[in-house]
Amino acid sequence: MSAVFAAPRDVVSLRNFLWWILRAAILGALAFVIFGPLFNMLIWTVAERWYFPHTLPIDYGFSYWGRVFSPRGNALQSLVASISIALFTVAGSLALAIPAGYALARLKLPLRSLVLLAFLLPQAFPNLPVYVNIARLFYEIGLNGTVLGVVLVHVTHGLVYAVWIASAAFSAVDRDLELAARNLGASGLKAFADVTLPLAAPGLMASAIFVFLESLDEFTGSYFVGAPDVTTLPLLLYSAGAGGNYQIASITALLLLVPSIAFMLVVEKFLRADVLAKVGQ
Amino acid sequence: MARLLGPLLVSPALIIILLLFMLPLAASVIGAFEVEAAYGLGNFTKAYDFSTQDIVFTAVIVGLSALLTGLLAIAIGGYLTLGENPTAVAILRWLYRWPMFIPFIVVGQILRTFLAKSGLLNSTLIALGLIDPLSATSYLDWRGVVIAFVWKQTPFVALMVAGAMASLDRGTIEAARNLGASRLRILVEIIVPQVTTTLLVGLVLSFVTMMGVLSVPLMINAQAPTMITADIAFRLSTYRDYGVANALGLISLAISGVAAWFYLRVNMRQGR
Repeated sequence: MSAVFAAPRDVVSLRNFLWWILRAAILGALAFVIFGPLFNMLIWTVAERWYFPHTLPIDYGFSYWGRVFSPRGNALQSLVASISIALFTVAGSLALAIPAGYALARLKLPLRSLVLLAFLLPQAFPNLPVYVNIARLFYEIGLNGTVLGVVLVHVTHGLVYAVWIASAAFSAVDRDLELAARNLGASGLKAFADVTLPLAAPGLMASAIFVFLESLDEFTGSYFVGAPDVTTLPLLLYSAGAGGNYQIASITALLLLVPSIAFMLVVEKFLRADVLAKVGQ
Repeated sequence: MARLLGPLLVSPALIIILLLFMLPLAASVIGAFEVEAAYGLGNFTKAYDFSTQDIVFTAVIVGLSALLTGLLAIAIGGYLTLGENPTAVAILRWLYRWPMFIPFIVVGQILRTFLAKSGLLNSTLIALGLIDPLSATSYLDWRGVVIAFVWKQTPFVALMVAGAMASLDRGTIEAARNLGASRLRILVEIIVPQVTTTLLVGLVLSFVTMMGVLSVPLMINAQAPTMITADIAFRLSTYRDYGVANALGLISLAISGVAAWFYLRVNMRQGR
């Protein structure tokens, strides 16, 4: 930059300087577009009073935080409901995905690629018509408005991550290590429990986190199957926002954001490149 | 026994998909044609009467969002591949992914505040002197829905496209560069044609995702015309009208089907 001012007639450095300005302007605009909405949400979480035409809140404070986390508030209840549903969903998905993933990675399976594809289906169609009819079905058998009903819907939706990543994690385990254990006299089940499973654990952990976040953030299925009896955080966010209470909605949004962002920062630790390369194969 | 073990281990997970996805999907297709215990097209004529405007609106909004997402993804991927300033490339790489990990329901909420008449977007534009305070309007209509979709889906498509671009042969690019081709020309004429398949996969997946999102249209654009998803929710919550809801669902599946068909056609033409 100093070169520009030292030799203003130098056309090359003037061009470089203009490029530099252009790059900074575009990246700055992009940063504003990406972080602006997030910053706007953060302001709302500490705004006591804020209405048009004021550019910024009139009063700041944490009174809405107190309301969200008060023992009688329904936010705390939604938080507990969301987290327990997500944990049940992870347990259910892994219980289904570990055997299925192992079979897909290691055993002889007729129509293997078709089976793999079947788990993708719930993500490959617009889900709304399906949820509508699940809700109708659940209504008849008394599962509508129950935690179990919501968990089942989330499991179905999350299975593609669970099964595909579990299968990739098992494929990435060196087969010779299993064979060595078998040669030393371990039974098939013992070799699986003592050798294969621990080696696949980071990949399985990644799939568990994926499923957890999918469940935590899921709105449409919970809206049809759970509401109004089961209130998860996304449903609370929606109803608070619809009622014009942007403070509660923004605090809830922040609560949903933190785990997602934290996961983004650590995902590469769990999902190694050799596992990632085998996803969907 | 060993032959049966594989299918046996997979079957519980498959049964869940069968019972909780395939069965309801079939029920939605059948339900769309069910008119008071008989079969017919009554639900579709009703859906047509109530919602033609919304069906067109949905197709246009999602199509436009997919187009803008594709263009931005190419721009981001292209700069990551061809950018000559390492700092700018590093900043962009760090920056563009953030929205991907933010759930739609949160996207709806934060953009509802950001794009509102007194939101941060307008206040910033006013502070910069780009618009005058009296002409500030809310963007919470079809524009808001498009902005929300593009904001959320661009990182995902850009990630796929940038990955495909990174694995291209650098030789051709360097050769074209040495012959004096501009970076824009290299991007349009050499790089993009080679990553079309990846780009289309990403766009079709985004298209299907956007067709199914309920929270964004409910939160950003609740007034008419709105999207099919919001219509379905409304028909159910207000009239418990499963027939028309299923007909609308089938129409949204058909629109997604057209997108998937388009992708397959382009893909096969390339394979030939």
